[in-house]
Amino acid sequence: MATAERVGVLRFSVTERLVHWIHAGAFFALLATGVALYLPGLAGTFGSRAQVKAAHLYVAAGWIVALLLVAALGDRGRLGATRREIELFDSDDARWLRRLQAPQGRFNAGQKLHAVAQAAAATLFLFSGALLWYGERNTRFRFDGTILLHDGLTVAATLLVIGHLYLAVVHPPTRPALRGMLSGSVDEEWSRRHHAKWPPQPPAEEGRAASSRLATLGLLVAAAAVLVLTVALVTASGP
Amino acid sequence: MDHADDPTPRPYGRRAFLGLVGGGVSSLWWGPAVWNAIATNAVPASLRGALPSPTAGWRIYTVNPPMPRFDPATWRLQIEGRVRTPMSLTYRDLLSLPRAEQRSDFHCVTGWSVPGVRWAGVRFRDLLALAQPMPSAKGLAFMSSEQPYVDSLSLGQALVPDAMLAYEMDARPLTREHGAPARLVMPQMYGYKGVKWVNRIVVSDTVELGFWEQRGYDLDAWVGRSNGYG
Repeated sequence: MATAERVGVLRFSVTERLVHWIHAGAFFALLATGVALYLPGLAGTFGSRAQVKAAHLYVAAGWIVALLLVAALGDRGRLGATRREIELFDSDDARWLRRLQAPQGRFNAGQKLHAVAQAAAATLFLFSGALLWYGERNTRFRFDGTILLHDGLTVAATLLVIGHLYLAVVHPPTRPALRGMLSGSVDEEWSRRHHAKWPPQPPAEEGRAASSRLATLGLLVAAAAVLVLTVALVTASGP
Repeated sequence: MDHADDPTPRPYGRRAFLGLVGGGVSSLWWGPAVWNAIATNAVPASLRGALPSPTAGWRIYTVNPPMPRFDPATWRLQIEGRVRTPMSLTYRDLLSLPRAEQRSDFHCVTGWSVPGVRWAGVRFRDLLALAQPMPSAKGLAFMSSEQPYVDSLSLGQALVPDAMLAYEMDARPLTREHGAPARLVMPQMYGYKGVKWVNRIVVSDTVELGFWEQRGYDLDAWVGRSNGYG
């Protein structure tokens, strides 16, 4: 229960959190299956090469389908506003990046850069992965650079995620942000100190809360359906 | 113009995103050359083997390092099993057999390829003519001196026109990392079929599972029609 001093303010909507957790879940599933395909020493540990490759591809397809579902059913206006917040950098951001004192908005400059880098990595993963997939069918589309790009992205994205996890679960000053990605709200006093330029949302009205709960339910059902479908397809594709 | 104290937010994030995506896509063209330069100059030789090497995109895999060394004086190629005349060929014997040459693409199951590799070696028709497989013979197991690596072809697969036991690559004797002195070349299948450091060919009545096939890879490793795309 929040006391009078410990008020929570809404930082992430359901739609935003779903986008985050879909990316997080897909990233680790793709990393695990990708590493199993990549490291010769792991061959056969999690099934035949055909099965692991099928799992890798179905997770990738599930990732895109889940994101499309969120875009179709979720709060697109909110996502668009978030994208604009991430794109825009001002002179305070420049000062913050030079490690000077500067008030920050809902996202600090580092968070914005991380989001930009991960979005670019996701786009390039999809591009190089699609080329690898197509190169199996038409060997004229197998380029030296494709696997190099896919591998390089894996290393870069994994390093970024390690840093992200450190700040989210270990580093004491930034750790309170984790609550925002789990429940949506963060401590008001903490947010005033770390995100001084961010005007926190007024407490949500009852009606909006209900509709947001409904949206959560719908999206969770959709996400579960994608998951079940994925498992079913992987099982069906096994020998 | 100096925007350092300009309070107006600017969409640097979008520019960074587009720049990263553009850089990543264009790396299909410049990436390999840059990576080769880095791998050649900045990576210790001991690690280089696991990375794309400077020789046009090869990645060298071993299952039991260090790689075997080739001594022309003592090396022998045994051909045995279900054959009328078991053989033991020296390196000079191998070179004296009818020589075949070809240019073919090399495809690894993990996604990389090396186009237009020039190979010279011996066709299996000529090699098997010496040992004479028995009528019941169905498969050839190629054993590597890097134990326990082995892989197999059916007799029919070994006789496709572009399969060979190669002893030259790109107009030079095979180097140690490419399987000196002799390796299997089977361009229509993924590279794990291309057993390096071959020193024994066992003819048998079955097609035995190879090293990777015991670990879940397909026995028939056709490029584009195996390992998940049957």
